[in-house]
Amino acid sequence: MNSVVKMLLKRIGTSLVVLIGVSMLIFTIARVIPGDPARIALGPNASIEQIDKLRERLHLNDNIITQYGYFIKDLSNGNLGISLYTNRPVTTDIAQFLPATLELVIFAGFFMVAFGIPLGIIAAKYKDKWQDHSVRILALLTVSAPSFVWAVILMLLFAFFLPLFPVAGRIDDQLLLPDNITGFLTVDALIDGNFTVFVNAIWHILLPAFALSLSGIGQAARLTRANMVETYKKPYIEMAQAFGFSAKRIATKYAFKPSLIPSLTIIGLDFAAMLGNAFLVEAVFAWPGLSRYGVQVILRKDLNAIVGTVLVISAMFLVVNIIVDLLITYINPRIRLAKGQ
Amino acid sequence: MNNPLLKITNLELGFNTFQGEHKILHGLNIHIKAGERVALVGESGSGKSVTARIILGMFDELTSANFSGDILFNEQRLDLMTKAQKHSLRGKEISMIFQDPTSSLNPTFKIGQQFYEVLRTANPKIKKQAANKIAIDWLHKVAITDADRVLNSYAFQLSGGMNQRVMIAMALVNKPSLLLADEPGTALDVTVQAQTLNLMRELVTQENTAVLFISHNLGVVREFADRVYIIYKGRIVEQGKTHDIFDNPQHPYTQALMAAVPRITGGGIPEIDDTSERYYDPIFIHKGGEEIGDPV
Repeated sequence: MNSVVKMLLKRIGTSLVVLIGVSMLIFTIARVIPGDPARIALGPNASIEQIDKLRERLHLNDNIITQYGYFIKDLSNGNLGISLYTNRPVTTDIAQFLPATLELVIFAGFFMVAFGIPLGIIAAKYKDKWQDHSVRILALLTVSAPSFVWAVILMLLFAFFLPLFPVAGRIDDQLLLPDNITGFLTVDALIDGNFTVFVNAIWHILLPAFALSLSGIGQAARLTRANMVETYKKPYIEMAQAFGFSAKRIATKYAFKPSLIPSLTIIGLDFAAMLGNAFLVEAVFAWPGLSRYGVQVILRKDLNAIVGTVLVISAMFLVVNIIVDLLITYINPRIRLAKGQ
Repeated sequence: MNNPLLKITNLELGFNTFQGEHKILHGLNIHIKAGERVALVGESGSGKSVTARIILGMFDELTSANFSGDILFNEQRLDLMTKAQKHSLRGKEISMIFQDPTSSLNPTFKIGQQFYEVLRTANPKIKKQAANKIAIDWLHKVAITDADRVLNSYAFQLSGGMNQRVMIAMALVNKPSLLLADEPGTALDVTVQAQTLNLMRELVTQENTAVLFISHNLGVVREFADRVYIIYKGRIVEQGKTHDIFDNPQHPYTQALMAAVPRITGGGIPEIDDTSERYYDPIFIHKGGEEIGDPV
C-alpha cells in the first residue's frame, strides 16, 4: 500500500480514538457543572411535572454511564439530539452555523500565512536592521492584545470613523442569498454566478477575518523569523552565499524551505485554535457562526448542543492537524523518503 | 616575475567586543600565483578560516568587524569593491569548499537543483536541461559513474565521500581562477579524504586553478601544496616552498607543530608547549618563498 495512504489511515484511526475521549470528557463536564438544564430550558414559570417530563425525555434521571450509552446509540445514527435552545436537531444547527465560522477561519488562516510568513522572511533577511525591529514591534502588538480588542479597534477605525467596511453580519440584508450548497457564501455565490453577492460577502468578511488573524500573523512572523535566523547559521547557507546564490533566492527558497518545516506545525495549531478563538470576534461582528452558537448553548446549559459543538470543533482541529502532517511529509524529503522505504 | 593572482597585504582584522577590540589577524601577507597551490597551516583559532571568508567578503555585513589591508585579486582591489561587485565574483572567479560536505549541501533540495543554481550564478539564462548535461559531465570528472541517480538524490542519501565529490564538482564547474579549500574533508575518514583530495589535485592542475588550502593536517599539506604559510595567532610565522619547510623547519612554532604529529611507530602522544614566548619570534622566510616585489 502507498505509504502516504498508510500514514493517513493511521492518523485517522488515532484521531477517532481522540474524538471518543473528547466526547466522554465533554459529556461528563457538561453534566457535572451545576444547574438543571430542564429548569433553565423551560423557564421560571414551568411546573414540577413539566420539568420532570423533560428530565425523563433527556434521560437525566439515569446514571451517567447509561446516559452516555444513549448518546452513543443516537450518534451512530448521525443524531446529536435536539437543542433546547433552538428546538431543532443539533445537527441542523451545526450545519447552519459551521460554514460561517469555517469561512471566517479559512480567510483568517490565509491572512496569517500570506502576511505572517513574508514578514518573518523580511525580518530574518534584515536581522537587527529597522525592518526587523518594525516587524518585532508589530508582532508584539498583535500577539499581546487579544483578537476581540483588535476586532473593536478595527471596527471603530475602518467601519465607524472611516466607513470603508460594513459593521456587522455576513452580507447586506437586501441581497438575495444564493442557493445553500456549501454554506460558504463566497463559494455559493460563485457557483450561482452572482458576482454582486460574492463581492459583498468578501467585503463583509475582510474585517472580522483580519481581526481574527492578527495574533496569528504576529506569531507566524516571529516563528518564521526565528527559524530562518537559525537556518542562516547552517553550513549550507554559508555555502550558498560563498557560491554566489542571490540573496533573494536564498531568502525565499534555500533558507525558506528548511525553515518552513518547524514553523508549519505551530502555524497549523494556530489555525486550528482560531476555530475556538473565533467566538469573541463573531460576537463583536455579529457573525452568525458556530463559535457564537457554542457560547450561547453553554450559557443555557443546552447539553446536546454543547457536546455536538465541541465534538465538531475537535474534529476540525484533528482534520487540520492531519492536513499539516501531510504538508510536512510533502515538504520534508527526509520524512517522505524514510516512510517510502 | 609575473603578477600574483591574489595578493593580500598587511591584512588586519579585529572584532569589537564589550572588552574593547579583539584582534584576530595581525597584518597577514599572502600571495598566490595563478595555478599555484598554497597552504595556510595553523591550529584552531589561528585565523585561517577567517582569512578565506574575508577574501569572499562574507564578513561585510558584520558591523562589529574592523578590517584594514589591501586584497588584490586579478589586479582588482577586493577590499574596495561594492557588495554587488564582490557577489558577482563568488562561485565564478572564486569558489570555496567546506569542511563537512554533507552539511554544506541543502537537505531540502536535490543535488541537481543545487547544481543548477550554481550554474545559474555564472549564466542566469541557462536551461535546466543544459545545466543537467554540464552537471552530469562534471560528476563524471569527479569519478561519479551513476550521475543521474546522484543528481536526483538529497545529500543525506549519499555518502560523505560522494558529497565531497559533488562539492568539488560544484566548486570547479564555473572554472574559477581561485579555489578556497577550508579544511576540505576534515569530517571524512582518512581514506575517503585521500581519494577526494587526489581528485581535487588532478582537477585543479587540469583547469589551472589556484588553491588556497587551509588545513591543520600536515600530512595532507605536504602532499598537496607547492608552498606553505604557517600561521600562529593571526601572524604568519614561517613561509616557503613545501619541501623547505618540511625538511628544515626554522621557526620554533613550526618545529612544535611538526613535533606534534603522532608517529605511526609509537612513542606516545608527543608533549609540546601550548604557548611559548618563542612562538612569537619574527617570521622566517625560506629562500624562494618571498613575497613578490619584496626586496630579496
